Amino acid sequence: MLDSSYDPVIRVSGLRNRFGSQVVHDGLNMEVRQHEIFGVVGGSGAGKSVLLRSILGLRRPEGGSVELYGRDVQSLAAADRSSLVQSYGVTFQNGALISSLTVAQNVQLPLREHYSLSEKTLDELAEMNLLMVGLQPESGLKFPSQLSGGMIKRAALARALALEPKLLFLDEPTAGLDPISAAAFDELLLYLHSQLRLTVVMITHDLDTLFRTCSRVGVIVDNMMISDSLEGMLRNPHPWIHAYFHGERARGVEKETHG
Amino acid sequence: MTAPLVLEPQGDGWRLQVSGDWSLAEIPQIETQLEALPARLSGTVLCDWNATSAGIGPAWALLRRVADAGPAPAAIHHTGNPPHFLELLQRLQLERHAAYEALAPPATIEGEVGKLGRWAVLQALHARGVVDFLGRIAAVVSQFFHRPRALRISSLVRHIYETGITAIPIVSLIAFLISVIVAYLGAQQLSRFGADIFVVDLVTIAVLREMGVLLTAIIVAGRSGSAFAAEIGVMQLNEETDALRAMGMNPIEVLVVPRVLALIIVLPLLTVIADAMGLAGGGLLSLINLHIPLPQFTARMRESLGPTTFWSGLIKAPVFAVLIAMVGTYRGMQVRDSARELGRLTTVAVVQSIFMVILADALFAVLFVQIGF
Repeated sequence: MLDSSYDPVIRVSGLRNRFGSQVVHDGLNMEVRQHEIFGVVGGSGAGKSVLLRSILGLRRPEGGSVELYGRDVQSLAAADRSSLVQSYGVTFQNGALISSLTVAQNVQLPLREHYSLSEKTLDELAEMNLLMVGLQPESGLKFPSQLSGGMIKRAALARALALEPKLLFLDEPTAGLDPISAAAFDELLLYLHSQLRLTVVMITHDLDTLFRTCSRVGVIVDNMMISDSLEGMLRNPHPWIHAYFHGERARGVEKETHG
Repeated sequence: MTAPLVLEPQGDGWRLQVSGDWSLAEIPQIETQLEALPARLSGTVLCDWNATSAGIGPAWALLRRVADAGPAPAAIHHTGNPPHFLELLQRLQLERHAAYEALAPPATIEGEVGKLGRWAVLQALHARGVVDFLGRIAAVVSQFFHRPRALRISSLVRHIYETGITAIPIVSLIAFLISVIVAYLGAQQLSRFGADIFVVDLVTIAVLREMGVLLTAIIVAGRSGSAFAAEIGVMQLNEETDALRAMGMNPIEVLVVPRVLALIIVLPLLTVIADAMGLAGGGLLSLINLHIPLPQFTARMRESLGPTTFWSGLIKAPVFAVLIAMVGTYRGMQVRDSARELGRLTTVAVVQSIFMVILADALFAVLFVQIGF
């Protein structure tokens, strides 16, 4: 069994990834501690999604190691892998809900796979997960194609939470949402984070989300990662980081959050 | 490990003692514990939490069953060492309560009459869809005369290549083999009467009138009918067809008509190839098995040929082409929403186009007999 109180939850060291001659990561280090919301930031094509895929074991890196709860992801036996997969939840950029299943069936999918439960209990758990992310129970009967963008993001979160993970990976959870829906999603995330004592790793481009929710931020620049608190990032002299946190779009957010 | 749940009366209500392991991994055992709860509980319920660990799912299941047994959310109290997410759970309970109070059952017509009515409406909609589709194609074709650009030459050529040229090997091979099989079976029966030479008549008439065109149509339906449905279906899912419409292009003109025209051009040509390969197969088997030399085979073949034998086969090819292409593209355009729909409609396209081809062939057979063609 995995020790879910192990600290740091994620440790990536010396990660190297490349596609052909194009280097994406070269000696990338990253640490995520218990119960924090860690934001991952970087330019388009900087390798945020590749990093996520490497951590999840969906991609074998060229070099370096990834440890979750102190266990090397690459060298796990199949049985351990299954318990590792059950210990985290993931939402993908476009929701990745199975289009031929209803929303409730999507939420029940991991539960059905890993436990043998009665239909009644499955329905109760799906109902709870939908309520938890702010969806009405009857929207569970709908198919993903009948949902709006915001509802898809919430449904994906409900599915990610179904196995009660302590660790949550979110890939651009507020991309494509209007500011009001995005703010509501931030509030939801903060509330669930405190109630369920989650550790969250979030890839995001949304500065509002970053400032409102994240306790620490990792920026991918020059194929490596610089991690710091938000205050530290604001003082960082690196030109890309400076441009990112002090650009036209960032200024308004800063004023709002830091008065 | 078990998840003991002890219910005992206390005052005017109940006291529920929760202890042991209540994590999600234990939920199969917890389920049996929950089944033992009484269906009705009156008064207040006090939950005394002493669980070593608790997951939110099992805790929710417990509170839900308690709430379903009667007590309002406000009448359920907690004591002991409740799980850290209790506030979230209580909030969800209230939201669920509100959601179901607001929910009114939808008005529906049930029973056999309702089913029949729904089926009838669905069939009417389907029929309208087909007529609509045919009309749109006709509208595009009629534009060819005053707007030649409506005929997409490059797209047409691509589809001729994909549905025609690349199909030549498989069509040739299958026509050849089936013809060998027919000739072989015929030879076995006819040689008993010493009528070996009639194998030539059998092969010639069977291949030219029916088998050449029918086999080709079935192969093309399987190869290209499915490809049409899948290609257009994926474009529907990706909103590519909507993008075309938004750019002022007509998906029927860009996607459907080139495929239909390509198949109308290609299928007769493939049929000729299949005919030739079929005759070659029959000739080869006659030579090896019946020792009929090739000049004798061709001479006999000419004698057995009626003036319409070849044409009665070939004339069916464009009709089959239209059926296959229209079914494939129509089913593709119907794809909505999900990957499963794509798979279902691709299957429907193949099955239906093969069925339509065989049905049309039967009608042709009756027609040709009636008019003596």
